[in-house]
Amino acid sequence: MTPSTNTLERTNYLNATKGFMSWFWTIDHKRLGLMYMWSVVAAFILGGFFALKIRMTLMPGAVDFASQTAEQMNAYNNAFTVHGAVMIFLVIIPSIPAALGNFVVPMMLGAKDVAFPRLNRFSYHLWIIGALLFTGTFFIGNLDTGWTFYPPYSTGSTDNTVILATLGAFVLGFSSIFTGLNFIVTIHKMRPANMTWFRMPLFLWAIYATAVIQILATPVIGISLLLLLVEKTMSIGIFNPELGGDPVFFQHLFWFYSHPAVYIMILPGMGVMSELFATFSRKPIFGYKSIAMSSLAIALFSFIVWGHHMFLSGQSQLMSVIFSALTFSVAVPSAIKVFNWIATMYKGSVAFTTPMIYGMSIIWLFGIGGLTGLFLATLGTDVQFHDTYFVVAHFHYVMVGSALFGFIGGIYYWWPKMYGRMADNFWTKLAWFMSFIGFNLTFLPQFVGGSRGMPRRYAGYGTEAGYDSFNYWSTIGAMILAVGLTMALGTLIYSMFRGRKAPSNPWGGVTLEWQTPTPPPEHNFEIDAFPVGDPYDMNLCEYNGEEEGFLPVNPRADDPCVADVAIDPVYFEPESENAPA
Amino acid sequence: MADSSHNHDAHDDHGLAHPVPLKLLFAVFFTLVGLTILTVITGQMTFAGFDLALAMVIATCKATLVCLIFMHLKYDKPFLGMIFLFSVLFVGLFLAFTFLDSNEYNADINAWVRDNMTISQ
Amino acid sequence: MSSTTADAHAGGHGHGHDHPKHLAHHFETLEQQYGSGKLGIWTFLLTEVLFFSALFVAYTMYRAQYPEVFQFASQYLDTNLGAINTIVLLFSSLTVAWGVRNAMLGQHKMLCINLLLTLACAGGFMGIKYVEYSHKFHEGTLWGGHVDSIFKADPADISETMKEHSHAWNGDGELVAVKDLDPVFRQRLGLFFAVYFCLTGLHGIHVLIGMILLTWLLLRAMKKEFGPDHFGAIDFGGLYWHLVDLIWIFLFPLLYLIS
Repeated sequence: MTPSTNTLERTNYLNATKGFMSWFWTIDHKRLGLMYMWSVVAAFILGGFFALKIRMTLMPGAVDFASQTAEQMNAYNNAFTVHGAVMIFLVIIPSIPAALGNFVVPMMLGAKDVAFPRLNRFSYHLWIIGALLFTGTFFIGNLDTGWTFYPPYSTGSTDNTVILATLGAFVLGFSSIFTGLNFIVTIHKMRPANMTWFRMPLFLWAIYATAVIQILATPVIGISLLLLLVEKTMSIGIFNPELGGDPVFFQHLFWFYSHPAVYIMILPGMGVMSELFATFSRKPIFGYKSIAMSSLAIALFSFIVWGHHMFLSGQSQLMSVIFSALTFSVAVPSAIKVFNWIATMYKGSVAFTTPMIYGMSIIWLFGIGGLTGLFLATLGTDVQFHDTYFVVAHFHYVMVGSALFGFIGGIYYWWPKMYGRMADNFWTKLAWFMSFIGFNLTFLPQFVGGSRGMPRRYAGYGTEAGYDSFNYWSTIGAMILAVGLTMALGTLIYSMFRGRKAPSNPWGGVTLEWQTPTPPPEHNFEIDAFPVGDPYDMNLCEYNGEEEGFLPVNPRADDPCVADVAIDPVYFEPESENAPA
Repeated sequence: MADSSHNHDAHDDHGLAHPVPLKLLFAVFFTLVGLTILTVITGQMTFAGFDLALAMVIATCKATLVCLIFMHLKYDKPFLGMIFLFSVLFVGLFLAFTFLDSNEYNADINAWVRDNMTISQ
Repeated sequence: MSSTTADAHAGGHGHGHDHPKHLAHHFETLEQQYGSGKLGIWTFLLTEVLFFSALFVAYTMYRAQYPEVFQFASQYLDTNLGAINTIVLLFSSLTVAWGVRNAMLGQHKMLCINLLLTLACAGGFMGIKYVEYSHKFHEGTLWGGHVDSIFKADPADISETMKEHSHAWNGDGELVAVKDLDPVFRQRLGLFFAVYFCLTGLHGIHVLIGMILLTWLLLRAMKKEFGPDHFGAIDFGGLYWHLVDLIWIFLFPLLYLIS
């Protein structure tokens, strides 16, 4: 049975025009969003391949540590550098803002497109150029500096791969800047007349805060990488002590961007979570204003804590103390968010749908990732943990555990809107289970190993070092995680072709993107003006059994979503919505 | 200063358009040239430690004139000016932290340079 | 870069019959479209300020640490050329601002003249910059890592041709001979020129981008594409050009006027 609000058989944005160029040269934010999404997935597979390569090298017994050749070790250095650089610059930073943000933001605003659609297309093309430059490094040698490109090593003895990689990161930076710029203007200027700032869905607040970081911080990495390039190609000397320069200065430049960049990764994930918790608890979000303001607070605090990456890099003690103290301040707005999500679930009728399960697991993952961050912000303990697997585990819990799980949860949440089909309930949940178990199995042992001094970025440890059991479980976990993530991707691809046709509002969200047919028409909406009220007033829609989705309680006469449906509300039963058709 | 020449006859308002009076544009230009000459002259004198401060004050005056009149911030929504000031504020923040730190550790770099310098003579 | 910002606006691929001619399909009113462009370009200028910030921080850091080096190095820069260039850029700012006024009032011919004048000034600026740069390459007053630089700690590293020809190296009239300087001091002179070339070079790249932008605007102005309800691209291009001028307003005293 096909829900009457499904437009797969009619004209929608997916089939309005055909051919390669109609996608590649499109200015439709929805198509750009999808292309970003699949590009990011492709880059993720690439980065994931290198992650597995790292884990396989470190598996006890797999590679004989003592007899490794210099080439093998170089290949290992290449693997962790490419893994880090690809995952950060090509995957996590564009994942939610560029892919989901592009798809969702204009629709949440009831707008036809972002403010500058061609700039948006240009951003995507810059992303492709950046990705090509990165992949170009595979053909000319080893990229072995670590993703941070610290001089003097990166400007000195290492390969010229650094040139391509920094050029790539430079171009990707501009892609990110233009995306952020576009969203800032879109959110400022394209809101419907009665959508005040405090009637915006929280995802928009998160994207806005992210965009503020993108435009303020990313130019600084642009110039730092440019200076690095000039240093590498013309030995300009600004970072080279042999020419009177200051190598620590590069680290200041680098972390002035790269610490805020961590929040470019995590804030949009938090935005997705706010949507998930409200929709699936069928309750207005708890503490709307404090969540919105904490996003902005995180964005601003993120700029005054960068020195905690440099406690042991020659930074002065004075600044280390100041940065350490400031770093703790970020914990406050982060905790505000977590408490608000939990409070939203309290006494709600929680539906354990796939997106919600991803959302709930993030509370666990972000809790661990966030709290271990406090250990690292403390000067004394950081001396012990610095450059160990404790740090590796910490940032993977934040970046993979929270940002990536948020991305996947967001994809599942908006997937019906994107392709007009539902992903399978059982297999998506199994995929989540595998990923969650695999992830924790990979990184929990690393906390223990790291706290016992296991250094990061080593090509092997040898049995006598005593880290074998940590590495063993970590590698097993990574393989389970890989299976889980592959399954998650499989469920999506399968549902694209065979999935049950989705109603326009399968989850009962009340933000504007759920008030248009699924998949949406080319210009998003068939009606012009919206009555915009509280974005989390869950009484505005009701479950309908015939539709197998939600319908507005008081539909407008011209609402295309309900034109053909008799209003016959039944009680919402969370599991029944995913029952086989 | 140059605002007094604000010429209302030149306002052909077309809704969006807000043309700046020609007299004002020229007045600003000549003021800018005057300030440039002033900064060159004062640059050749010495004012016990205030040279840089004075040059920066003059440059800031020039920048303010360009922003207000040439870039018509004077006529635009204050929010646009705030964006610009915000960027300057962030540069200040960046500068203050980095500067504070480099002042502290600079002696280490100088010591390294002294120890590692080879002069073949 | 910023041309695309303006471009997203100016194209006008509106299809609705009740849409004004220059209104893009996704905007409701011309005010919304113009306001978005304005906010967009100012946000872009913010990123430009931060883009330059790293070099200003480098400048401040090194100047505070080695004030005597910066004072000494400043003598190799020609204050007169710097001052002329400042005035050339100020004049180009005037013509651009005037051009925006022309576009708003629909004065097509005057707009073209003003854009041409601006382009000429930009060309003049780059010409003078070329003269300054080539003089420095000739004299070897370059950053320490350059082969021809005379600012290296070890005299053995300096090329023989420079030792013979460079007035700065041998000392000439009012110039102190660089060869007699303390090696550490000499090395740090190279650091000043590293900062000098990065700052002026990056600024020069922005002038070049501005020239491309101005040419594109001029071509469109010649087709009479701008008018009272459609001057966004000129306005936004002009704002970018003013920023280039603003940066130079600070660079000039910081580099040329160290006494």
